[in-house]
Amino acid sequence: MTITEPTITRTATTKKPVLEIRDLSVDYGYDDDAVHALKNVNLTLGAGEILGLAGESGCGKSTLAYAATRLLPPPGVITGGEVLFTSSRDGHGGDLLRMSDRELRAQRWRDTAIVFQGSMNSLNPVYKIGKQLMDGIRAHEKMPAHAMRARAADLLSMVGISKDRLDSYPHQLSGGMRQRVMIAMALALEPEVVIMDEPTTALDVVMQRQIVEQIMDLKRDLGFSVIFITHDVSLLLELADRIAIMYAGNIVEDAASSEVYHQPRHPYTAGLLHSFPPLHGPRRELGGIPGSPPDLMALPSGCNFHPRCPFAFDACPKIDPALGPTLYGDAEPHRSVACLLHDPAVGPGRLPDELAARPAG
Amino acid sequence: MSVQADPIALTDAASATVQPGGGSTGVRRKRRSLGLLRNRKALIGLIILAVFLVLAVIGPWIAPYDPNAVTRLSLEPPSAAHWLGTTNTGQDILSQLLVGTRGVMVVGLLAGILATFISVVVGVTAGFVGGLGDELLSLLSNVFLIIPALPLIIIVAALVPSAGGLTIALIIAATGWAWGSRVLRAQTLSLRKRDFVEAARANGEPMWRIIFFEIMPNLTAIIASGFIGTAIFAILSEVTLAFIGVTSISAWNWGTVLFWAQSSQALVLGAWWWFVPAGLCIAAVGTALTLINFGIDEFVNPRLRNTAASAGILRKKRIRARIGFTPVYRGAPSAAETRDALTTADALTPTDQEVGA
Repeated sequence: MTITEPTITRTATTKKPVLEIRDLSVDYGYDDDAVHALKNVNLTLGAGEILGLAGESGCGKSTLAYAATRLLPPPGVITGGEVLFTSSRDGHGGDLLRMSDRELRAQRWRDTAIVFQGSMNSLNPVYKIGKQLMDGIRAHEKMPAHAMRARAADLLSMVGISKDRLDSYPHQLSGGMRQRVMIAMALALEPEVVIMDEPTTALDVVMQRQIVEQIMDLKRDLGFSVIFITHDVSLLLELADRIAIMYAGNIVEDAASSEVYHQPRHPYTAGLLHSFPPLHGPRRELGGIPGSPPDLMALPSGCNFHPRCPFAFDACPKIDPALGPTLYGDAEPHRSVACLLHDPAVGPGRLPDELAARPAG
Repeated sequence: MSVQADPIALTDAASATVQPGGGSTGVRRKRRSLGLLRNRKALIGLIILAVFLVLAVIGPWIAPYDPNAVTRLSLEPPSAAHWLGTTNTGQDILSQLLVGTRGVMVVGLLAGILATFISVVVGVTAGFVGGLGDELLSLLSNVFLIIPALPLIIIVAALVPSAGGLTIALIIAATGWAWGSRVLRAQTLSLRKRDFVEAARANGEPMWRIIFFEIMPNLTAIIASGFIGTAIFAILSEVTLAFIGVTSISAWNWGTVLFWAQSSQALVLGAWWWFVPAGLCIAAVGTALTLINFGIDEFVNPRLRNTAASAGILRKKRIRARIGFTPVYRGAPSAAETRDALTTADALTPTDQEVGA
């Protein structure tokens, strides 16, 4: 854990946004009993920022990332919102949801790249990895063959693989190496946004560590932004600048990662934090969260979290809270939370001790 | 004791995850049972096929005349008495078609079922057992693959003068199974290495159960379309044989009608009613089977089923469900919203230029 001092300086809204997701809604299914997997989700990714998406399985993390890139397979359908990409380099961009197929295909990889979940299986087993790396470069940029090969070699050494591996087949590499090849491949065209969908889930902790450090180094050198999806909150606390916590297709808390760790404001965030042991500091009880994520076909009324929430009060089953400022309002301007406890009009006016840690300073 | 209980609990959990489609809601189940019927193409195909199947059963009884009865009404065009006219010997063509439907259907379905059965047994076994067994079974299907079916049938039919529908169906099945077997073998080879088959083996499932309950459901689409392909092939073969006069010319089927029409020079005489209806019947059955084939893949593949079942809604809402380009649906295009869409389209143009720049 590198997070020891609760600095609130690394917040996103001060940075120029590269990817703005506004009111994004996604359904699975096409008729009236379609599942509403995402409901008016808002999220902004700043330039050079690492944004973590966390939550239990089935809460919409991957759905959000794939919908924002229009990669969601049928029966997924986007039912509203916009996803604005704005290059921080030359200002080009547009709404991904209104782009034609051609624009979208040109935009992919060049502007936004994806490292898939278990992506070590995304390499085609019959081609050498050098050829697969050069394929993408060839599709988007015109350059002579030797320059392309040099670029592919650079990419490999960038992720710590010796460049004579260019002529290896995927099965000749270990899982961790293949994962790093996939990361190199995603970075081949120097995209501004890299979406990583649980890129370290299938790897052992040593390899996880290496990959995460590699991502941090590369980010520092190349200056791209990352959306990092994982259910490993402790990994995110270390890696991410900012964390968005999702529950049942909504973002329930959006704050800098040190704030999430030290001063969770949403009961669900607090529950997630109590689901794994802290690496240092006093021992605390592992509470976890009772119950299981709700069935999206039959969501609880009002706040979707209220049946599992230890702090639920009488308004919770009636009102669905929107993402808004915390109870401390102006004292923490860069974070938001969707919880009625923070609504001065409805809530009890003071927070339970667990959610009330004041910002230091 | 608790140490012993743990592995059992683990195995139970593993087998629970292996079972596909465990907990689905009532809504889903209802949709699944209606799946094939919701697909418009498959529905049309099924209706056409059902009509011909019913005719195959009741055809001989509802035929208005004896198809062999010679009358003096030579080459009558369609009329109220003879809906499809008469032949040069005054036989009623509608009756000939109705009586002949049964032969066509029986041969098509019988040959289809037999050939599919052989191809499943040989193909799946070859793919699953591997090794020497695979070599031998593959050799067998390769040999049958290169036997030219139609000439063989002609020779056999000529040697067996009393060759009826059953013989024809047997020969067609014997020569028509090899291609399906090869496809099934290839698919089984790929399936048997999948994790869920490994898991079934680890759970101690016997081989027959792995083949029939783990692998076979994944082959349904191939088996079904193989059956339909063979059935079409069998019907066409039988009609062809009857048309060229190899099989008995006194047993009525649509090919026999065409045989008599051709040998009596119906085309030269301008008696279109003699050969057009029989040709249309053949085309209709072929079309029906092909349409059903379209629907089968969407029906048996659970991933496609939802999309297939919603085909009507997708059409109405003008959503094109594609992989890689998630559709964006912004509500029903009412008049006001269409205007909105137009203005946003105009507003988009500068963005496009930005993208190009």
